[in-house]
Amino acid sequence: MAVHRPRGVTQYVCVLLLVLIAFLCVFGDPIWGDRAETIDAANAFGPASGAHWWGTDDLGRDVFSRVMASSQLSIKLALLAAAIGVGGGVLVGVGQAVLGPFFRRLLNTLITVSLAFPGLLLALLVNAVLGIGPRGAVIGVGIALIPPFARFTQTLAASAAASEYVAAARVLGVGRLQTMRRHILPNIAKPLMLTALMAIGTSLVSISALSFLGLGIQPPSYDWGQLLQFGLQNIYVHPMAAIGPTIAIVLAGLAFNLAGEAFADERSRSMLPAMMGTGLAERLAAKAEPAGSVDAIASHDDHDAVADSEEAVLRVKGLRVAYPGGVQPVRDVSIEIRPGERVALVGESGSGKSTLALALACLLDGSSAVDWEQFEFDGVVVRPGAESEHRHLFGTKLAVVFQDPTNSLNPAIRVGRQLAELRQVHYGAGRRESFAAAIERLEDVQIPGADMRARQYPHEYSGGMRQRAMIASGLMGTPRLLVADEPTTALDVTVQAHVLRLLERVNEETGTAVLLISHDISVVLSFCTRVLVMYAGRIVEDIPTADMLTRAAHPYTRALIAAVPDIDTMTSGPLATIPGSPPNLDSLPAGCSFAARCPWADDICRTDDPALGPVNPTHLVACHHPRTGEEPTPLAAPTVVPSADALPASAS
Amino acid sequence: MVTVSAPPTDHTVPTVRRRSPWPGFIARRLLRLALGIVVVVTLAFLVLQLVPGDPVRLALGPTAPVSQVNEKRAELGLDDPIMVQYVHYWQHVLTGDFGTSIVSRQKVTTIISARVGNTVTLVAVSLALTLAGAVALGMSTAALTHNNKRRWLLAGFRFTASTLNVIPEYVYGVALVYVFAVSFALLPVAGDDGLTTLILPSLAISLGPIAGLSRIVRVQTVEVLGQEYIQAARSKRLSSLRIYGRHALPNLLTAALTIGGLLLGVLVASTVVVENVFARPGLGSTVVTAIVQRDYPVAQSVLLLLGGAVLVVNLVVDVALSLLDPRSLIRDS
Repeated sequence: MAVHRPRGVTQYVCVLLLVLIAFLCVFGDPIWGDRAETIDAANAFGPASGAHWWGTDDLGRDVFSRVMASSQLSIKLALLAAAIGVGGGVLVGVGQAVLGPFFRRLLNTLITVSLAFPGLLLALLVNAVLGIGPRGAVIGVGIALIPPFARFTQTLAASAAASEYVAAARVLGVGRLQTMRRHILPNIAKPLMLTALMAIGTSLVSISALSFLGLGIQPPSYDWGQLLQFGLQNIYVHPMAAIGPTIAIVLAGLAFNLAGEAFADERSRSMLPAMMGTGLAERLAAKAEPAGSVDAIASHDDHDAVADSEEAVLRVKGLRVAYPGGVQPVRDVSIEIRPGERVALVGESGSGKSTLALALACLLDGSSAVDWEQFEFDGVVVRPGAESEHRHLFGTKLAVVFQDPTNSLNPAIRVGRQLAELRQVHYGAGRRESFAAAIERLEDVQIPGADMRARQYPHEYSGGMRQRAMIASGLMGTPRLLVADEPTTALDVTVQAHVLRLLERVNEETGTAVLLISHDISVVLSFCTRVLVMYAGRIVEDIPTADMLTRAAHPYTRALIAAVPDIDTMTSGPLATIPGSPPNLDSLPAGCSFAARCPWADDICRTDDPALGPVNPTHLVACHHPRTGEEPTPLAAPTVVPSADALPASAS
Repeated sequence: MVTVSAPPTDHTVPTVRRRSPWPGFIARRLLRLALGIVVVVTLAFLVLQLVPGDPVRLALGPTAPVSQVNEKRAELGLDDPIMVQYVHYWQHVLTGDFGTSIVSRQKVTTIISARVGNTVTLVAVSLALTLAGAVALGMSTAALTHNNKRRWLLAGFRFTASTLNVIPEYVYGVALVYVFAVSFALLPVAGDDGLTTLILPSLAISLGPIAGLSRIVRVQTVEVLGQEYIQAARSKRLSSLRIYGRHALPNLLTAALTIGGLLLGVLVASTVVVENVFARPGLGSTVVTAIVQRDYPVAQSVLLLLGGAVLVVNLVVDVALSLLDPRSLIRDS
């Protein structure tokens, strides 16, 4: 994490600044105090010079010395105010956790109400009561810090209290106060202290603001805020007198605030809303890895095996995808889909099928490297990297239905408008006209009351309806191919059937080819005419559905089928599984990637990756020892186990 | 194209209308507002009660004749029992009678109404500037650094934003005065003379919040860009402009506005300070002068007004957000 953020540097700078501030607090007055008070009327409003770095004030006193000498007072006041705020806040926050439900609610309401007020207004109120001067300023700023600090303590305590060891302590009969002291406080101490550090920065800036407004430190005493006020009055004559104290306030304020932030871990980064972004951003950055290259991917010749056919709607040869870091979720895949065909792409999670689907739809974003030898869609040749030149083609002729219907419709746009958009963008149709078309499509996918439904937002739809709306969205163009990535996985069984029937009808009535990505063999068998089996980033078998159960040639395909529970499967015991686990996509073995799990594997399997070759004209397999009989691949004795989706998935 | 062949049989029959969540929501928010108002009024009332010593004597100074002090005390009702005073105070607040200034003898309402417009304008302009600036900056940073591109830009953005975020508004004020007025004499730095005098003060107020909010907007944008509906929008091959503007922006707006709403209180407070930096006649400069002069009725009333305004604005933001994102309403109930 530290690698991705110049955190180390920030930490050093903060420590350096804090040491400097401590030094000024102790030695500032002894060193510069006398000079700061020395009046030299002849030299009033002197400009910045070698003798007076930041010039002189109305009485000819050296501004630089005054700023240095007043460090102690400025910091002291900030520390006092922060002490009041942090002490009071922790007391209230902890009190809230310790007290009974009634007081807890009462305090909670009070904190919520007082949080609504800007701190400065509270400080001004206290100032109005106590009168101007340091006392009012310190107490005002301190009190204003109590509510946010109380809320922060409370949030931290609540999350610590939710942890298991606290629950365990409760079960053992440890009292609330005891739990707080022994188990909760020690765990929230670090974030509290770091936030307290930031509170000092906030206090410093706020008290300086009050002094600057003439409500804090009064002459003849002076702190940074007061020096700034004086400097501002004369800024035209003498800008350095204003800029000097500004530098002091900004550096000190920054030192405390950044120190709190730089040394914090995610947990302690939520006191002020303005800091909310940090933790999340860091976690996101931590996931990122440097970009890798695709050159390492070996090229195979097996695409030659795919029969050339003039009328294919999609013809892809030698498709490769590489993620940064060397993972190759798709390796040299060749696929051909004919008009109106219903093709399934099956495989375990992590086999790369979702990535392949996105790559076929030219939807992979810039973070992965995609390359191919040939890519032809609806008769148009697409060059690698030139996908964006074919917006209209892909937009109107290729429809994509995603896995999670709860998330694939934009929550902020009315469903009808989302559908209508495609007509507006790609056909230049008017708003009204395209909206009417959207309603028609919604009717086509059997959404009752389409007229009214089109005006609703996705959250008003049920899961099944959303998926049908997605399909309707795909029908807004004139799709030649519909890529459906696990379109029924997130739906319950009855709704699944409806969505599949709808896809079937779309296919029959519009002649749109469908590529269905699924790990559910039964769905595949009932819907598709051809099945592509994917394993570790490659297509290992291409087989007509009719032959799937009886004539599968690849041991992996046979194992997949054998692993599907049927009506005779014992519901009480664990399910059968394929022994072993799929290889890591970033460290693939030299030979066949299934060799390690294959009972028939021999030496050649471990050294040579088999190419996809024909068993007969409609059936291809990539295996050195294709199976012919009825014998299934032996499965592991039922152990613990998993739905295919429990396996680590890098692609889905 | 596809024709309807069978009536729907799954559970997609028009849903039974749920009870609207609005009445409950509005009731809760009004209750919270009422509670807030009670707290604000009580605090404002307490100002005069808690002042150590005799507030009138403090305000009029040690040289004022006893008769004048007593007269003023009677006028302010300070001799009544505290509960009676409290009830009277509520009556006055509810009838819009905020008394007269001890110092200038003007009616407080006159003083306030002459200046409130300036402050409201400044806050409104600053808020607009903050939201627009933060959304533009946050989104474009997210767009430019998406997919691990330009990591140096991201690192630079984070550091700069977190630094600029902690610099206080009066420092921005002084810096802006120095740069624009002293060094280049481009923009007016004081008074309230039309649009140009609004530029520097509103910049001073919003620079810090822009820095803070833009970080949040960036993180939100990154999150939204990772959503499936953005991928769905990309599958329709829309232009990036349309994807960012039409599909991503509305989904960020709720978060940006929520924080923007929270920031409003901060903006109001900043206004108090910045009005003093730029010598703008407004509620901020009024309250500071009043506190210095111990003109309690004025200080009390302005603080009451600012506090009340913050509460009402919070309510408005809440309601606006619920209209914008109806899902939050369901979560809330």
